[in-house]
Amino acid sequence: MIKGYRFLLLSWVWLSVLALVSVVAGFLTFIIHCGLPSVDLHLFFGDTPVWSAILGQARVWDALWPACVGTFLVIVLAAFMAIPLGVGCGIYLAQYASPPFRKIVSFNVELLAGTPSIVMGLFGFSLILFLRKTFLPQANTCLFLSAGCLALLILPYLIFTTQTALENIAQNQRLVGPSLGFNRLQTLLHVLLPAASKGIFGGIVLAVGRAAEDTAVIMLTGVIANAGLPRGVFGNFEALPFRIFYLAAEHRNQAELDSAYGTAFVLLCVVGVLFTGAYALHKTMEWRWTKH
Amino acid sequence: MITQVKTRCQQLLMKLNTFVSIDRDFTWFDWLLLCAAVFSALIVGVLFIFLLYFTLPLFLEGKAAELFSAHWRPFHGEFGILPMVAGSLALALCSLSIAYPVGLGICLFIHGLGPEKLGRVVLLIIHFMTGIPTVIYGFVAAFVLVPFLRNAFAAGSGFSLLAAALTLSVLIVPTIVLLIHSQLQQISPALRLTATTLGISRIDELFHITLPAASYSLFAAAVLGFGRAVGDTLIALMVAGNAAQFPDSAFDSIRALTAHIALVVATDSQSSLYHSLFASGVILFITTAMVNITLNRLRARFVTSVVND
Repeated sequence: MIKGYRFLLLSWVWLSVLALVSVVAGFLTFIIHCGLPSVDLHLFFGDTPVWSAILGQARVWDALWPACVGTFLVIVLAAFMAIPLGVGCGIYLAQYASPPFRKIVSFNVELLAGTPSIVMGLFGFSLILFLRKTFLPQANTCLFLSAGCLALLILPYLIFTTQTALENIAQNQRLVGPSLGFNRLQTLLHVLLPAASKGIFGGIVLAVGRAAEDTAVIMLTGVIANAGLPRGVFGNFEALPFRIFYLAAEHRNQAELDSAYGTAFVLLCVVGVLFTGAYALHKTMEWRWTKH
Repeated sequence: MITQVKTRCQQLLMKLNTFVSIDRDFTWFDWLLLCAAVFSALIVGVLFIFLLYFTLPLFLEGKAAELFSAHWRPFHGEFGILPMVAGSLALALCSLSIAYPVGLGICLFIHGLGPEKLGRVVLLIIHFMTGIPTVIYGFVAAFVLVPFLRNAFAAGSGFSLLAAALTLSVLIVPTIVLLIHSQLQQISPALRLTATTLGISRIDELFHITLPAASYSLFAAAVLGFGRAVGDTLIALMVAGNAAQFPDSAFDSIRALTAHIALVVATDSQSSLYHSLFASGVILFITTAMVNITLNRLRARFVTSVVND
C-alpha cells in the first residue's frame, strides 16, 4: 500500500522532470536545426552590399539589418530613460525612505511590475491619442514612445535589484564611510555604490534582456514591418521579436519562413547571452556575500 | 488665528518631511533621488488613470451594458468583450492546471527526490528558460505543436485553447518552480536535519513536514503563475486562433483579452472599438492588481504566522 503510493509520487516527480527536459531539448534542437543553416550574411543584409548597408547608403530589403538596428536603438534609449530613474529610486528606498513611504512606493512598483506588457503598450498608444486630441494633432507612434514604454516595463527590475544589492551590504562595510568622516553623498558614491555595483549591473543587464525580448509593448507603439532603418527617434522602426511574429503570420514562401527561423535563432542567442551574463553577475554577488 | 494656521501647517510639513525622510543635510542629489522614487511610485497611477479616462466615454454614453454583451460583431455594432474575458480565464486556468503539478514535481525533484547533481542541472535549465522570449515559444508552437494537434486529433485547424494552454504552461513552469524553490531553500535545511535525526525518510519529510511548512509559496506560486498566464500576449495571439467565441472544448479556437487588444489596435480605428479596447486594458490591469494584492496578503499572513510560532 505505502509502497504503491511512493511509487506513484516518484513517478510523478520523474515524469515532470522528463517532460521539462524533453520539451526544452526539443525546442532548442528545433530552433538550432531550422535556424542555424539560414544564419549567414544574406540573412542580415539581403542582396545589399554589406558596407553600404551598414553605412545606411542603400536600403536593405527582406533582411535582419534594420531590425537589429531598431532593436539596438530602442533598447539603448529605454535603458537611458530607465536606469537613472530605477537606480535612483532603488537607492532612495534602500538608504533613505521611512518604512511607510517605502511600503507605499514598493506596493506601486510591484503593481507596475505585474502589469502585463500589452497594457504598457496600450498606455503608450493612449498617450498618442491624447496628444492628438489636445495639442499635437500630428503625433504618431514612434521609436521614442516605444522606448518610453519599455522603460516603464524594465523600471521595476532595476529598482528591485538596486534595492536588494544595497540592502545586502554588510553593516561593517556600511560604517566605513562615516568612520572616515564622509558625508552621506560621499559614503554612497565611494563606499556603497562600488560595493553594490555588481548587483546593480546585473539588474541592468537583466532589464536590457527583458527589453530586447518584449514584443507586445512595441507592437502598439511604433514598430512596423518594413520600416527600414529608423528615421530619427520620431520615426517608425523594425525590431527582431516583431519580425519573428510578423513573418510567422505573414510569410509568403519558404525563404521568408527560413528567414524567420534565422531571426528566432539570432534573438535567442542575443537574449541568452544577456541573461547568462546577468545570472553570472548575480551568482558572483551571492558568492561574495556568503564569503563575508 | 493666523499663528494657529501657521503652526498647524508647520506640523504637517514636518510630518511630511519625516514621511519622505527629508532632513537638514538634504542635498540636491538627495532631491534627485527622492524625485526618482516619487515618479516611480506615481507612474502606475498615471497609467491607470489614462486607461480609465479612455474608458469613460463608454459609461457616459450609456454603452457600458453593450460592453458586457456576449457577442463581438463589430460590423453589426456589437462590441461585447465577455467572450474574451472567458477566453483569458479559460486559458490561464488550463495552463495553470498543466504547469502547476509539473512545477511542483520539479521542485520536489530538486529538493531531494532526485539525484542532487541532476537537480542542479534541472535548476540551471529552469533559469535558462526564464530568458527565452515568449515570441519564440509562440513561433515554435505554431509550427510544431499546432500541426501535431491538427494531425493527431483531426480537430479543426489545431489553433486552439489546448495548444495555447500547453505552450503557456511551458512559460509559467519556471515562475512556479523558482518561487517554491526559493522558500524550500530557506526552510529546508533546518527541517531536514530534524527529520533525519528522527529517522523520517526523505519522501515522508517532504510531504508531511516541508511542504506544509511551505504553504505560502504553494499558494503564491499558483497566484503568480495565474497572473503571468493572464498577462501574456504573444502566445495567445499566435497559437490560440483568435476567434471571438466562448470556449466549449479544448479544441475550440479562443481569443484572450491581451490578444484582443493587439488585434484591434492593428486593424481598426473606429471609436467604439477603441473604447472597448481600453475597457479590456482596465480589466487586465485590475486582474493583475488583484494578483498583487493577494500576494501581499499571503505574505503578510505568512510572516505573522512565523512570528507567532
